[in-house]
Amino acid sequence: MKKILLASAATFALGGAAMADGHGNSISLGVILGFTGPLESLAPGMAQGAEMAIAEVSDSGLLLDGTTVTPVRGDSTCIDSSAANAAAERLITSDGVSGIVGADCSGVTTSILTNVAMPNGMVMISPSATSPALSTLEDNGLFFRTAPSDARQGVVMAEIIMERGIDTVAVTYTNNDYGLGLANSFAAAFEAAGGTVTLVAAHEDGRADYSAEVGALASAGGDALVVAGYVDQGGSGIIQAALDTGAFETFVFPDGMVSQALVDNFGSDIDGSFGQNPGTDSDGAAIYQGMASEAGFDGTSPFSAEAYDAAALILLAMQAAGSTNPGDYAMHVMDVANAPGEPILPGELARGLELLAAGQDIDYVGASAVELIGAGESAGNYREIEIEGGELVVAGFR
Amino acid sequence: MDFLNALVTLLNFVIIPATAYGAQLALGALGVTLIYGILRFSNFAHGDTMAFGTMVVILCTWGLQALGVSLGPLPTALLALPVGIAVTGLLVIATDRTVYRFYRAQKAKPVIYVIASLGVMFIMNGIVRFIIGVDDQRFADGERFIISARTFREMTGLDEGLAFRTSQGLTIVVAVIAVALLFWFLNRTRTGKSMRAFSDNEDLALLSGINPERVVMITWLIVAALATTAGVLYGLDKSFKPFTYFQLLLPIFAAAIVGGLGNPVGAILGGFVIAFSEVGVTYAFRKVVTYLAPGEWEPEGLLQLLSTDYKFAVSFGILLIVLLFRPTGIMKGKSV
Repeated sequence: MKKILLASAATFALGGAAMADGHGNSISLGVILGFTGPLESLAPGMAQGAEMAIAEVSDSGLLLDGTTVTPVRGDSTCIDSSAANAAAERLITSDGVSGIVGADCSGVTTSILTNVAMPNGMVMISPSATSPALSTLEDNGLFFRTAPSDARQGVVMAEIIMERGIDTVAVTYTNNDYGLGLANSFAAAFEAAGGTVTLVAAHEDGRADYSAEVGALASAGGDALVVAGYVDQGGSGIIQAALDTGAFETFVFPDGMVSQALVDNFGSDIDGSFGQNPGTDSDGAAIYQGMASEAGFDGTSPFSAEAYDAAALILLAMQAAGSTNPGDYAMHVMDVANAPGEPILPGELARGLELLAAGQDIDYVGASAVELIGAGESAGNYREIEIEGGELVVAGFR
Repeated sequence: MDFLNALVTLLNFVIIPATAYGAQLALGALGVTLIYGILRFSNFAHGDTMAFGTMVVILCTWGLQALGVSLGPLPTALLALPVGIAVTGLLVIATDRTVYRFYRAQKAKPVIYVIASLGVMFIMNGIVRFIIGVDDQRFADGERFIISARTFREMTGLDEGLAFRTSQGLTIVVAVIAVALLFWFLNRTRTGKSMRAFSDNEDLALLSGINPERVVMITWLIVAALATTAGVLYGLDKSFKPFTYFQLLLPIFAAAIVGGLGNPVGAILGGFVIAFSEVGVTYAFRKVVTYLAPGEWEPEGLLQLLSTDYKFAVSFGILLIVLLFRPTGIMKGKSV
């Protein structure tokens, strides 16, 4: 009896080992996004984008001799740094991830980077942290973003407003790293272009009443109100109060506000308002949207394409480095993202992996026309949108 | 003409919004103050009771809208309000039976009640999020404005618009009716008088044959009605989001304490003091002054006493001053 047991145990053990060999190694990638909190309506589209890239690479069987990749989700909450740090700690120490896609909001991204990722030598690629402060933050070469800095968005927004013949605006921003960074970069760019900013005032998210903020903004005046906030939070409260009192009729929406929820909330009340969020009309964007609708989600959802690109970049860099160790592949992220090399669009990740395995260069273009500049952030392509008849309409790209 | 413009600006951006917000806070603070007066503890679950009641009303409203029922220019939610009050009443009485009655039998200290109510708050918080989710819900229908800024400008030819929303008008009217009913009940009916007696001196009330369980039950029912009404009015005026209702607890408690805990008149006064200080002190008076000042003179700055960042600091500053110099609140309530 004892012998039979031993024998069968040994067989199982051998069989198990053989199974593992057949499937190669397996690694996991962390996906830290704000599944709860102020950006909870954007997080699902971003996570699905990242997971689609991971599945594409994993299913191709071409990454480092058939290494499989599984995504592990973590909740950044967008605003609570300690919760975000705990989620990142869990992913690194307990799930043993080889790289992190995330986080989403600038504040928690900074916190995870300095408190968790750098001490652990972990690579992070954020699809949506846009605070200008992240450009100059010491990151040991571990942090990249497929989203552009808001310093760029501020300039683009100033241009769009000027081109529409509006030269005085009031600005309100959500009181955090993202809001302040964007408001400051915009105000500087707008005034440099000859415009007047009548007032830059903060608003807190989740408050009961915004009549005080709107009162002050209305008193300062302006032809349009720039709302650098979140659509699921105070941003909508501000717009509601401004519409109700008739303080402003035209609003300018940066990326945190551009979402389906905006037109669901206000419909044609905000007709004539406009804004911009990261996006391109490149071939990659169209291909990506096709892939997303096939997979059953909305590929135009903000930062979804950037999340796909973030995950793809990590995996391509691993292939280029021939290692899944963050310390080894971090320096290859810029190489695979930029020219020279064969351009790689979404859906062509397998081809990218093949070329890299053959020792050739690639230039990952991806869904958001990635071009990493400076300390590893996207150069920035923006989609200009308008509200027309209660619908979000794309007005152009820049 | 300029004087009228100044007046309209002030009405539009300060007086009307603050009055509506004040009425919502006052209804909330009345609930808190009743619990404090009769059950003798600060009910931290009040904000989430409001959220629960509003949630029930929203679900009923959706049902009614699906059936095609509407109130014409008034929001359908008014029809659903009684259902919301009834369900919330059941919930708070169930809470009382399962949680607070236990501590009453133990003659527990007030601080223990407060901590228990904190637990109740988290459970209600979870229930609401579980049923309706964490997102913003909008359920206002019917006519949005009694008078909108644009119509007012066209009607009067003034430069400034004056907006008066249906929800603001409704808030003020409903608040007045609710407060009148409450005071009539407390001062004129036998049950109301027994509640006041119980609040003044529990032992004497018990000796005179007042049934404490009955007083407690009726108090909870009234609180449920007030909380649901306040929550629905707030949701109609702004929007419903569980997290915001949880945050409402702060200004509501500030209002109840400033006015004098346990004193219904004080709660109403406190609600308006908090609302007007939040909106008024941080208002930028430049436009108003520009209209009033002679000639073409226009002030350089915004003429804003404090940036809006400090609006909470203003109401809590008032709270501190009141507690330092009149620990029982503006109207004489119980000291905290």
